[in-house]
Amino acid sequence: MRRVLVFLPLLIVAVLGGFFVWGLNGDRDPNAIPSALVSRLAPAFDLAPIDGIDTPGLSQADLIGQSDASVVNVFASWCVPCRAEHPVLTRFAREEGVALMGINYKDRAEDAAGWLRELGNPYDRIGHDFTGRTGIDWGVTGVPETFVIDAQGRITFRFAGPLVTEQAVGNLRDALITARGVEPGS
Amino acid sequence: MIPEIGQIALALALCVAVLQSTLPLVGASRGNLLFMHVGQSTAIGQFVLCAIAFASLMWAFVVSDFTVLNVVQNSNSLKPMIYKVSATWGSHEGSLLLWTLILALFGAGVAVFGANIPITLRARTLAVQGWISLGFLSFMLLTSNPFERMIPPPLDGNDLNPLLQDIGLALHPPLLYVGYVGFSIVFSFAVAALIEGRVDAAWARWVRPWTLAAWIALTGGIALGSWWAYYELGWGGWWFWDPVENVSFMPWLLGTALLHSAIVTEKRGAFKSWTILLAILTFSLSLFGTFIVRSGLLTSVHAFAVDPERGIYILILLGLSIGGSLALYAWRAPAMEGGGLFQPVSREGGLLMNNLLLAVGTGTILFGTLYPLFLEAMTGAKISVGPPFFNLSFVPLMLPLLFVMGTGPFLSWKRADLSALVQKLRWLMVLTAVAALGIWYLQTNGPVLAVLAFLLGGWLLIATAMEWAQRVKLFSAPFAESWRRAKGLPRATHGMTLAHLGLAICVFGFVGSSAWKEDVVTFASTGTIVEIAGFDVRFDGVQRVQGPNYVAARASLHVTRNGAFVTVLYPERRTYPVARQATTESAIRHTLAGDLYASVAEPAAETGGDVWTLRIIYEPLVNFIWIGAAFLVLGGCMSLSDRRLRVGAPRRSRTNPAPQATPAE
Repeated sequence: MRRVLVFLPLLIVAVLGGFFVWGLNGDRDPNAIPSALVSRLAPAFDLAPIDGIDTPGLSQADLIGQSDASVVNVFASWCVPCRAEHPVLTRFAREEGVALMGINYKDRAEDAAGWLRELGNPYDRIGHDFTGRTGIDWGVTGVPETFVIDAQGRITFRFAGPLVTEQAVGNLRDALITARGVEPGS
Repeated sequence: MIPEIGQIALALALCVAVLQSTLPLVGASRGNLLFMHVGQSTAIGQFVLCAIAFASLMWAFVVSDFTVLNVVQNSNSLKPMIYKVSATWGSHEGSLLLWTLILALFGAGVAVFGANIPITLRARTLAVQGWISLGFLSFMLLTSNPFERMIPPPLDGNDLNPLLQDIGLALHPPLLYVGYVGFSIVFSFAVAALIEGRVDAAWARWVRPWTLAAWIALTGGIALGSWWAYYELGWGGWWFWDPVENVSFMPWLLGTALLHSAIVTEKRGAFKSWTILLAILTFSLSLFGTFIVRSGLLTSVHAFAVDPERGIYILILLGLSIGGSLALYAWRAPAMEGGGLFQPVSREGGLLMNNLLLAVGTGTILFGTLYPLFLEAMTGAKISVGPPFFNLSFVPLMLPLLFVMGTGPFLSWKRADLSALVQKLRWLMVLTAVAALGIWYLQTNGPVLAVLAFLLGGWLLIATAMEWAQRVKLFSAPFAESWRRAKGLPRATHGMTLAHLGLAICVFGFVGSSAWKEDVVTFASTGTIVEIAGFDVRFDGVQRVQGPNYVAARASLHVTRNGAFVTVLYPERRTYPVARQATTESAIRHTLAGDLYASVAEPAAETGGDVWTLRIIYEPLVNFIWIGAAFLVLGGCMSLSDRRLRVGAPRRSRTNPAPQATPAE
């Protein structure tokens, strides 16, 4: 038994080494968060509204085949950066006249409703993703995250993190202009 | 000219390493004294050559020699001198040179101070150290030459990443590296012992000071790094379970286990092959850390620039050293005799628990750190593993450790009397239980883990203090008698008490600042008042300030408590035009009860006008972390100064009578 046990560390290290060799292949960029969703259709989902507020829920159908592009923002009341980006997002949606869709991520309905009452509700629709299941489909790695969806329902831009810096907001605006400018089929 | 001297010194060091890694081995196996002594002279020569190379690079930074590519990339003529010096180790190449220098330093240390080590063991140890040097020197010369020239030179350099232009971070890498790389010599000792096929109490005693020295430096390095993250990054936390943090923490955990298991090997002759394995694994984790930081294998906020070629080279080095040593272990370890037997309740049993928990904890962190890689390799999915995983897996594992730590020192070797122990600690147990119930009653919805951890921290603190008081018969004997006993105790015992107290103090800081933290983020314009933890913080606007190589926006925050003036905080947002980066300089009001922490970020254009993103955090007890860390370091130094362990200490002189026989420890 002991004879076998002493080989265990070596074995574990060998397995780890195999993973490392794989991990070093040149095409792999661990910093690139998968952008597989970008240029694809928004994933299929159908989320109920948050209990206690009037804003309707959100589903894939609300994003596809619309007259204009939209912005989808993933937020939560427990997320401190969300609070920071909230006024920026509110102003952005108003100035650009774009439909702002919310996905309320892993949040209790009463907390989310209270948060929106306190800070204002800039969202046209909000889906309540209590379990985080839809967040997985969207490839959400953390809140807040913001997506730009063109009129056909394709994701054209993804931003992870709070939209508080000038640069971030600028990128979002550029992405929205591009999404709006894209003709069907081009 | 001077960079060429450095370059030549490195090449010579490589040649010396070839000699160091071969001749002493041949000498040790043939009993050739001359060849064995080559180990010492080459180890010292190696150190001198590496020091020359390092000094040459530092010189290039100090005079801002922009014909050297490394200087161009990491320095700037306007930078303050201290950061020119610290930029020497701010880059991948420079820090690798520092790595090699410290490697050579420890080799030279054994060559100079290791007079009491048997000559064959010393020769073999130095040869193994030579192999590691060989690997890293060739890595540096082949893939990451720090002296590469840039012709024609640019007018000025690109500046060091401004986040790194900070005193905490100027000192953090050298200290961390002394720790990291210091475990190399312990590894070399272990491999040498495997080659010799003999591990005994004496071996454990020779290894212990080196382990302790590395451990002290690593403790200091990690504490300094977390302190830097706390006040410089502006996130208001001190630990983020980032892969790069984890890879420095794992060798620390295993190193701690090694320190304790080496005691058992030394005192009781048990745990031999386990101690050897820990010695190998601790340094393996250091190497692994170097690999993670420099290969770009995992994503992290503070990894070096990614280069797959370097990654592969380090991986080969890793494979040879770790694979080789573990293969040797698998071959030789079964032959090692098991040591003294012991009952489950005994000092050995306590230390076994300590080792088990620390090893499992290390394994948990390793798994959590690498899980994203495993998952991506198996399924292609990309995830990140963050604090929730570690808080739920690692933290509960450490709680029993706190309990054992409080109890263990009371136990005697071989077989302890459990009922006597309970007798000794019964009041403390009652007290802790009452406190637990009380807190539970007051705060039924509170974070259970936090309360439990806090109590165990208290348990550890009081039990450690009681144990020490009992040894010196504090209060039960006249003070003069206690004083005499305290002086008579081995310093290692005082060291243990200090370090254990330090950990208890750290626990208060960990729990307080994570469980009871308050955090407010808001957009502030002049006159905005934020209320937090009983303080009223008024935002009094922002001024432009010109620094040596940056411009800053400095906010003034007027802090009052119940209407009484407390302080004015000046957090800054600095912009470095040359490096085109911005950093956050948080302003902190430090008190023992908790820190009031403020940071400011530039406003989004959208909000317009004079509105700033203001973040104010109240971190209760956070300073206990660094106070505790200071205790840990102090305890380590105390233990290191123990005459019995002192490196190169002459035998105890006859005129100094042996102290009273100390209680079993």
